[in-house]
Amino acid sequence: MSDRDTYALRLGDDALVLSQRLSWWSSRAPELEEDLALTNIALDQLGQARALLSSAGDEDELAFLRGDREFLNLLIVEQPNGDFATTIARQLLFSVFQLRRYEALVGHPDDVIGGVAGKAVKEVAYHRDHAVKWTLRLGDGTEESHRRMQAAVDGLWPYTHEMLAHDPFEAQVGIDPAELREDWEEFVGGTLADATLTTPEPGDWRPAGGRQGLHSEGLGHMLAEMQSLHRAHPGATW
Amino acid sequence: MKKDWPLWEVFVRARRGLSHQHVGSLHAADSPMALGNARDLYTRRQEGVSIWVVRAADIVASSPQEKDAFFDPAADKIYRHPTFYEVPEGVEHL
Repeated sequence: MSDRDTYALRLGDDALVLSQRLSWWSSRAPELEEDLALTNIALDQLGQARALLSSAGDEDELAFLRGDREFLNLLIVEQPNGDFATTIARQLLFSVFQLRRYEALVGHPDDVIGGVAGKAVKEVAYHRDHAVKWTLRLGDGTEESHRRMQAAVDGLWPYTHEMLAHDPFEAQVGIDPAELREDWEEFVGGTLADATLTTPEPGDWRPAGGRQGLHSEGLGHMLAEMQSLHRAHPGATW
Repeated sequence: MKKDWPLWEVFVRARRGLSHQHVGSLHAADSPMALGNARDLYTRRQEGVSIWVVRAADIVASSPQEKDAFFDPAADKIYRHPTFYEVPEGVEHL
């Protein structure tokens, strides 16, 4: 696989896995309106994933016939939905990063990568806005919502190290995530402070390996559900 | 604390030059959430360029019981309608 395709798959898998996670909330969010908001976000991510995967091969084969060891997404996007606060924390931590990454990739020489980035910037700006508003509401809400939101941020924080780590390969074919760290820390830190939440101290446990196909257990379960229909009925359509 | 989120009425302006039209209602805990939900529920297919949201409780409405007193007196006052002008021949856009 070419470097360009590998990079497109990394970007695409981040979007695809997050999309699948978010779509679980359909009919399960606190209100009907929030069902729509989260599934709209999931659809945006799916659109980005489809364009990126299609540019690297057959999108159905890539989405439905790869095993978990062949997925190149970051660990943070595959983390289980948990309670609503956990999903919002994952949205905040990742969408701030994803937005900066797409912004940096606008004008990328590859038509698809540059094109998806240009379109996705507006979409993800809304995803970030959605996550920020909920973070403020939950963090600065009731005692219980504050406790859950802080626990969610604390629980997901270790996965941000992989997301923002220096990556020589990505620096060469796209944007080095480490270059986005300062901006990310400032925005996320500011949002957490506004929400009366504490930014966690960097700990020693820094799980990584998503880009090499080494994933947490939950991804296998998620893929089993996502892929079962296509594997049982190859080429099935609506 | 009330458990249910309040109801909001949503008005969307389809494009410049038109006025906002009532399109429906939704639940939201606060005004930013109401705007966000309205965007997701009512402008998914490029229906609008501007959204207003108003708490349903803040709308003062005429009462159905007072309908007769409110609206019927206008029925027999035909002189309020501009129907007494002769339209000159050849006028298309009147």
